[in-house]
Amino acid sequence: MARKLSFLLAINEAMHQEMARDERVIILGEDIAGGAGGSAGNDEAWGGALGATQGLKTKYPHRVLDTPISESAFIGAAVGAAASGLRPIAELMFVDFMGVCFDQIFNQAAKFRYMFGGNAITPVVIRTMYGAGLRAASQHSQTLYPLFTHIPGLKVVVPSSPYDAKGLLITAVRDDDPVIFFEHKAMYELEGDVPEESYSIPFGEANIVREGGDVTVVAIGRMVQHALQAAETLAAEGIQIEIVDPRTTSPLDEETIYESVESTGRLVVVDEAHPRCSFASDVAALVAQNAFDALRAPIRMVTSPHSPVPFSPALEDVFVPSPERIAAAVRDVLGAKSGSRR
Amino acid sequence: MSADAGAGDAAGSAAGSAAGSAAGLSKLVMPKWGLSMSEGRFIAWLVEEGAVVALGDGLAEVETDKIDGIVEATSAGTLLRRLAQPGETIPVGAPIAVIGPAAAAVADPAAVDAYAAELQASFVPADEADSGPRTEALTVDGRRIRYLRLGGAEGGEAGAVTGDGAEAPAGDGDTVVLLHGFGGDLGNWLFNQEPLAGGGRTVIALDLPGHGESSKDVGAGDLEALAGTVGAFLDGLGVARAHLVGHSLGGAVAARLAASRPGLVTSLALIAPVGFGEEIDGDYIDGFVAAESRRDLKPLLERLFADPELVTRRLVDDVLRMKRIDGVTEALAVIAAAVFPAGRQAGHVAAALAGTGIPVLVVWGTADRIVPVGQAQSAPAGARIELLEGAGHSPHMERAGEVNRLLGEFLTAGR
Repeated sequence: MARKLSFLLAINEAMHQEMARDERVIILGEDIAGGAGGSAGNDEAWGGALGATQGLKTKYPHRVLDTPISESAFIGAAVGAAASGLRPIAELMFVDFMGVCFDQIFNQAAKFRYMFGGNAITPVVIRTMYGAGLRAASQHSQTLYPLFTHIPGLKVVVPSSPYDAKGLLITAVRDDDPVIFFEHKAMYELEGDVPEESYSIPFGEANIVREGGDVTVVAIGRMVQHALQAAETLAAEGIQIEIVDPRTTSPLDEETIYESVESTGRLVVVDEAHPRCSFASDVAALVAQNAFDALRAPIRMVTSPHSPVPFSPALEDVFVPSPERIAAAVRDVLGAKSGSRR
Repeated sequence: MSADAGAGDAAGSAAGSAAGSAAGLSKLVMPKWGLSMSEGRFIAWLVEEGAVVALGDGLAEVETDKIDGIVEATSAGTLLRRLAQPGETIPVGAPIAVIGPAAAAVADPAAVDAYAAELQASFVPADEADSGPRTEALTVDGRRIRYLRLGGAEGGEAGAVTGDGAEAPAGDGDTVVLLHGFGGDLGNWLFNQEPLAGGGRTVIALDLPGHGESSKDVGAGDLEALAGTVGAFLDGLGVARAHLVGHSLGGAVAARLAASRPGLVTSLALIAPVGFGEEIDGDYIDGFVAAESRRDLKPLLERLFADPELVTRRLVDDVLRMKRIDGVTEALAVIAAAVFPAGRQAGHVAAALAGTGIPVLVVWGTADRIVPVGQAQSAPAGARIELLEGAGHSPHMERAGEVNRLLGEFLTAGR
């Protein structure tokens, strides 16, 4: 409990420990070894676009494959390797590039178990960066987990803390189904308590990040951090929000969300994705359908707008749901009476 | 429940003491319950200003994100000023009250106010980077054992960590070793370890094999194996004699160690111990091993306390965090099969203590739902038996004040 580790190093440690535990684990991706060049030599200069794979190439030279810039090729290779007995972790630098390898993921990896009558497994993990905030414009900033959540046969993980990142990545490697693992690029520096030992967090189990009786705030990934900031502001006004982090969008822990809404009667869903057919609209619809009787106010969604991520820094700053917008939505479902509890 | 200290508190005491000590004034501070506590939410005062308080009296209720507790008087006198208000969130070590002679308030109320104001003005919250003690680890028989050592330094500087694990415990006082129960860890003693660590006493809490951050290799997983590891751990630390305090499974481990190596054990304090009878809540044991989610675990943990409200989400999360570590479930299953086969207790350890002459204290809650309180009757002849009316299986947590007092008296008497 005592050791602090960054989100980036938590992911790095998970891969080190799983590669040590299971020799079937391999890693593929662009620039995961040499990359930017440097004094440590080409093999260890960098370790991924942001350094998540540091130290792995030296330790496991034949199990870390630095691939050409061809997502369709190495994602296809990873899916094939998974179907034939390995447990690959593929690093697809930006989720925005998934477009060129959709068939490998949607039509192949996600379908094998079903189309082969349950006789095939596809234990592949695709790690990928998502999210706005790094001035990287429309093609390197998107939040696309709703696309993958929509496809049966895929599991979708969106960790919000270093502790969760390590435990969920270990679970992903050990899982027999294809897992898309989303890492927010603005969260790599975030530090938190991370046990040194290996541990696994089950998929489909929400985390109650903060308890509160007034409003349920369902948030995922980086939005959990923003919700926590909003919670501080609101607590000073006498409003206690309960933050529920589902951790995985597929499978989704619906029960914990319903239980929380039943105790608060109010729901705000926070999602960095666009609002249409999104994680936010999914949770809102599920609660409206299955826990309507518990609701004492309309559900509010706090999302990015239905627009590409802008390159203009000023616009990008207002694009992502902010703690202020989350706090405003909470006050709104409480009847806009700032400082009143109910 | 805290000794008058807490990391980062030095600035406050230095500034406050000059004016305060002359008038016999002292402060009550927000205690630190466990490694992770940095602040507490003040719920309510239990006594009025002007009340006469004795050492250890419960004065206020405080809630942390893990568990609720009672703040006890750390000095005797009259409660002169209540500085904390219900609803406030207060950092560990911050002043919450002034205690002193009744005459002080009458003779010079302005001086009391000045003392209180200075306490508050001079308080500096602990730097998070190095707040409080840290756990250490020692490898014995190839197994890593994590432990937390408090006290040892003369003068009762609570929170001080002596040495770096390589050297023998400092201080010339006694050594007390705390052994947690099945599925627990050293954090279970959060209300007890610091209060017991005053006056030069060294108090060591450890994670038993298979638990917390200790090795998941439990060997045969029976009492003998666990006691053997604890004995080797004490040898490794250079502890020649120690008082053993054990809860539940930890009680049986302590008793087994005392029976096999009586020379190592000064006294034995057993809280709701295993090893005194056959009956135990086998569903609890099996359910605990199998539980994977908050939903599975919470109702089980509620059986540990007379008041199930004590089980917060954070407490459940902490247990889940431990259970998710590779090897824990398997290790617990091995221990459960060896110590609690088919939902019964396998080994009786009480009888083996009879000839050792080691002083024994047995503390049991009358509302224990895990190990029936009636088994206290199996205690060896001459043992002191203390039954706590209405307490559950974890009296050291839910009735910490009483248990700390009993342990304090027993440890002092049993030297």
